[in-house]
Amino acid sequence: MSTFYFIAFLSVFFSILVITAKNPVHSILYLILTFSTFTVHYILMNAQFLAVVNFIVYMGAILVLFLYTLMLINLNKESEPRKSNLVKIAGFVGGACFLITIVAALKAWGTSHPVVLNDPNLGLVKNLGKILFNEYLLPFEVSSILLLSAMVGAVLLATKDPKTA
Amino acid sequence: MESLTNKRKLIESKPLNFLERAYLPAIAQGLAITMKHFFRKPVTISYPEEKREYSENFRGMHSLKRDENGKERCTACGLCALSCPAEAITMIAAERQKGEEHLYREEKYAAVYEINMLRCIFCGLCEEACPKEAIYLDGPHVPSDYLRKDFIYGKDKLVEAPLNQ
Amino acid sequence: MGVADIVIKFVLIVIIFAISLVIAMYSTYAERKIAAFFQDRVGPNRAGPWGILQPLADGGKMFLKEEIIPTNASPFLFIAGPSLAILTACIGSAVIPWGQQITIGKYVIPLQVTDINVGILYIFGVVSLGVYGVMIGGWASNNKYSLLGAIRAASQNISYEISMGLSIIALLMVTGTLSLKEIAEQQHGWHWNVLYQPVGFLLFIICAFAETNRTPFDLPECETELVGGYHTEYSSMKLGFYLFAEYINMFISSAVMATLYWGGYNYPGMDWVLAHTGPAIGPLIGTAVMFAKVFLFIFFFMWVRWTIPRFRYDQLMDLGWKILIPLAIANIIVTGLWITFIK
Repeated sequence: MSTFYFIAFLSVFFSILVITAKNPVHSILYLILTFSTFTVHYILMNAQFLAVVNFIVYMGAILVLFLYTLMLINLNKESEPRKSNLVKIAGFVGGACFLITIVAALKAWGTSHPVVLNDPNLGLVKNLGKILFNEYLLPFEVSSILLLSAMVGAVLLATKDPKTA
Repeated sequence: MESLTNKRKLIESKPLNFLERAYLPAIAQGLAITMKHFFRKPVTISYPEEKREYSENFRGMHSLKRDENGKERCTACGLCALSCPAEAITMIAAERQKGEEHLYREEKYAAVYEINMLRCIFCGLCEEACPKEAIYLDGPHVPSDYLRKDFIYGKDKLVEAPLNQ
Repeated sequence: MGVADIVIKFVLIVIIFAISLVIAMYSTYAERKIAAFFQDRVGPNRAGPWGILQPLADGGKMFLKEEIIPTNASPFLFIAGPSLAILTACIGSAVIPWGQQITIGKYVIPLQVTDINVGILYIFGVVSLGVYGVMIGGWASNNKYSLLGAIRAASQNISYEISMGLSIIALLMVTGTLSLKEIAEQQHGWHWNVLYQPVGFLLFIICAFAETNRTPFDLPECETELVGGYHTEYSSMKLGFYLFAEYINMFISSAVMATLYWGGYNYPGMDWVLAHTGPAIGPLIGTAVMFAKVFLFIFFFMWVRWTIPRFRYDQLMDLGWKILIPLAIANIIVTGLWITFIK
């Protein structure tokens, strides 16, 4: 349990660093560390497959792409657009709403039942595969269609229409 | 346009067929060629241990010759220094004393004879200018050294070894 | 887990770590020597007999070089880059089975640091982390050549990871497990996976070349265009770490290829040999076979390097996205059909 608290502390610590870091590239690097602590969380929960997939997909691919785009963006202070007061107010309202949600969630936390896994080995590849492809086949396939549509949408946005161009 | 010579060749670039486009046969071919070279005898001559033969007209380090009786041929006329385009040769002449007849052929000889090997361009003009056939560039090439002063070769390095040795 | 087990594991980790470092060290020597042979030369032959002390001389030189950190570089990340590169290169060897278990008296020593049931995915994750070392180092140098090299490395690695993953999926359909130990055991004798997955192996080896940034895919450090690529600004042992990481990566990916496709420590007639040499010595012969395969692959890496010229960047992307990925998907489909109808 003490391992959990240590890792949880690291997760929170690094995620705070993500939002406080001045340099966007540094904040991405802290995000990578945050995700690596998530991987440790998954391993602690005996969800090896999820841990490794989190490792490969989030740390190995998505954040690499984040870093990639950030490196190409001009990060000079001069090119940073001035934030108007309206944006600041909107940001304040949004943040306040988020805070209220978190407080409410904390209040509700004491009453909810913690989910207990019937099978502690659920996270291993074989069991996870069997459950995914038997009980949850439809949601699994639907989510893959969702990803496909996102991919098609990205391609559509990226390629210019030859008529208008 | 009519070409002036009949040397012009028209090169047709045919579109690659499937096997050529697949790269792999070409790569295998290339690998075979390099493998052939792998077992070939190296052409390297590892210099200080093995020496390559010089060609007959190679112009290397100078040597001051002796005649058939072992006397130095040089008479310090200075024609070599005069002809030298790099001004690499200096000498100080001296008169032959009594009792030195077995050392020097002529009545005047070079007491100091220095060639700066860093200036010398090994053109061989000194060889051609010499009326006494005293200087020849028939040695090996000049070895490397650490200090500039060590490249100024005096008579100790230039004069041929005496005959009886 | 008793004290003896922990000691055994610890010793095993130290041995594997030392072996991978020594192999990486001597890969630099082998590379120069093999390059020389391919070019009808002699290669390094001055430091020690046949030049076998050359890596030590190189290492000593690296240590004694001046350490330069560019003025506008971010110092922490500048040091973190090469450290991360060599770290990710080294941790890959943890799940590779180097041989069967040795039995000495009452001790059973498995020649594998840990057998996790997602072994392949672990390797894959470590490989995908490897690009961070290059990216962070390239960005932190504050040099446009370094940045371009880093960006090339990132896009190249991500592109080739996809086809690598797809080629592994076809392999997993044949083996039915993600554990490298089980995959190695399934290839007992001569039932090597390369016989069932030749196209998959071809895809995998091409992607392995791309992931380790070896020629013909060494665009991140392409001298003709980018000076030194991502390590332009690096000097001293930090540069040494990058170069070293490349050779360790080569060693690890050779080991992975040998395990996944070429039977790992299995060889024809191993049962007979095992029965005649006993449980203490027999598995070590298998380990020797494994290392022989690894060395062959390292040799192949070098052979290709001194044969094939570098790709152009658009050719690299075309090859990755338009040829390898469709081929890998086709391979998956054919494997699926083969499993359903023939096997």
